[in-house]
Amino acid sequence: MSEGLGEEVKTNPQGDVITAAPAPTKEAKKGAAAQRVVDPDYLFLQAPREKTFITGSEAAKEAIRRANVDVAISYPITPQSETMQQVGYLYAEGYVKDYYRGEEEYGVMSAIAGASRSGVRCLSATAGPGLMRGLEVISSWPGGRLPAVLLIMCRVINAPLAIQPDNVELSYMLNTGCLLFHAENQQDFYDYALAAFMIGEKPEVTLPVAVAVDGFFVTHARGWVSLPAADIKLPPRDCYHEAVPMMDNENPPIRISRDAPIQKSNFISYQMHASWQQEIWAAQERSRKWIERWLGGLVEVVNPKAKIMIVASGAAVSQSREAVRQAAEQGIEVGLVKIKSVRPFPAEEVRAALDHAEKILVPEFNYVGWLAKEVKSTIRGSERVISGPRVFGGMSMPTELILEYIMGTPNRR
Amino acid sequence: MAAIDTGVKRFNIRMAGIGGQGVVTASHILSNGVIIGKGESTLVPFFGSEKRMAPVESYVRIASGKIYEIGEIIYPNIIMIFHPQVITHGKSYTMPFYWGLKKDGVVLINSDAPVPMIPDQVRELEENNAKICYIPATKIANEVGGTDLATNMAMCGAIAGIIQMPDLKSLEQSVKERFLGKGFVVSGGTASLDNVIEKKFAKKAELVAKNFAVVQAAHEYAIEQGWNQWQKDRVTASDKLQKAGVN
Repeated sequence: MSEGLGEEVKTNPQGDVITAAPAPTKEAKKGAAAQRVVDPDYLFLQAPREKTFITGSEAAKEAIRRANVDVAISYPITPQSETMQQVGYLYAEGYVKDYYRGEEEYGVMSAIAGASRSGVRCLSATAGPGLMRGLEVISSWPGGRLPAVLLIMCRVINAPLAIQPDNVELSYMLNTGCLLFHAENQQDFYDYALAAFMIGEKPEVTLPVAVAVDGFFVTHARGWVSLPAADIKLPPRDCYHEAVPMMDNENPPIRISRDAPIQKSNFISYQMHASWQQEIWAAQERSRKWIERWLGGLVEVVNPKAKIMIVASGAAVSQSREAVRQAAEQGIEVGLVKIKSVRPFPAEEVRAALDHAEKILVPEFNYVGWLAKEVKSTIRGSERVISGPRVFGGMSMPTELILEYIMGTPNRR
Repeated sequence: MAAIDTGVKRFNIRMAGIGGQGVVTASHILSNGVIIGKGESTLVPFFGSEKRMAPVESYVRIASGKIYEIGEIIYPNIIMIFHPQVITHGKSYTMPFYWGLKKDGVVLINSDAPVPMIPDQVRELEENNAKICYIPATKIANEVGGTDLATNMAMCGAIAGIIQMPDLKSLEQSVKERFLGKGFVVSGGTASLDNVIEKKFAKKAELVAKNFAVVQAAHEYAIEQGWNQWQKDRVTASDKLQKAGVN
């Protein structure tokens, strides 16, 4: 039954329903201002939590509510739109100081770069083709040492068109220099997104963080999420303790542009550029200790002694957990390595977890098998890796399929 | 609510309908109802163009233990068809509409009369021992709720009657939470709200009442048809087969 029931509906001149959130009232702002700033350790690790049954988009909203975000900018694309709609409500409630819709993703990612350069805490989100459109700018963020959080609600990017989850887009993110976390479920989407702000803004890191989640299966689905109280939030961004100076009256844009050595085509500038890129990847490594502290490590290992091991990230972890359970019912012990952080890639942890394994499966929600490639290039004895099973184009991965791979290796060798 | 006292470990439900019928809303209400009743449940919707009459599917998992699985349900044991066009016009992401249905499953179809199917489909459903239940959900919605927009409520009520969960009290609470919002009722109550909000609240309260009346009517309909005996029938049938030495 329709929710509206006679309520007044505002439309634009074309007759489309206007769904924009209203500007926050004084009353709403007061509510948000009453939030208490707490230590990140307290917010992430110690604050009492309560379980609630919400969608992934709502979980992201709750993360943003506690993240002390200054600016959120987005452009609608399914399945990201729902999450940013929730962020719109937060703006109306006064929890996000500014929020607007960019002209398209290239513009959104550029605007976020400008906002981050000015020293405020920034958020954007996108999905599939939108990510592709913004990718040129996204790739420039790490070099600019611009902390920002980008939520990626994965969906198909290839033709023929579909809007269901497929995480091939993450293979394009692997080499941008952004940190990249891959959330398994609604709880992860809350935890990773919130911690991402603090990790990216650490002085020794000073990098953008992308938090990916498989669209629909998590964003539009409900699950249990443990949340701390809504009246606490993270400290604001401390931009003057980061790796590069912010743009302000002392450091106007013209000076940053003039001083940029990479614009000169000489040998010194090449050296500068090379060392700057190395520095970004070194900064990624320096983020490890914060990921370990606030996300409980870069990986999670289940049944570490099993001879058959599964390595997965994102929604494939959930499917693998069920396959592990079903295999156990049949008396077969299977282990699981959940990759939480794809960048930095947990090479040492993966090597250690798989050293003893005789058979390694890498189930993935994409055709190219980017995670299998990462695993193969990391471990000793890559012939142990069976790159699959894989599904793509938006379909789910039946646990029956993973079980078939556990029992044998269909269509391979 | 006794979480799952039927011996069945989990129900995997696939709902198929067309845009505008509230299929996704129905899945939220059913799933949340199970959670309110202390069961475990998850759901995920699946749609393409977000427009009226376009195919929509939504999936609900209900289990006695923790649910790890995510994504659409490929092998359901219960299928709900919200509109006959899903079958007659092939308006479904899953074709034919019963594809993947596990043996001894249930298909609940919103239709006043049996939907014509081609002989192969009839045969395949029979071979799978599928129980097909026709419910005039739109008719019930119109008669009880005064609008066909409550078809999804009728479907929720009927399926709750068939699988005996969630109980009606939990389902009512779920309907309330969906239309009133969790914070709305808890935070203030009508007394502290101004006149404008009171009016809105009255409208919404009426909306909830009408919706739930439809849920109840369809629930009763399912019980009257004896569909709640479905699992009993199935156990008996399987017992019979076992006794006869057939697996």
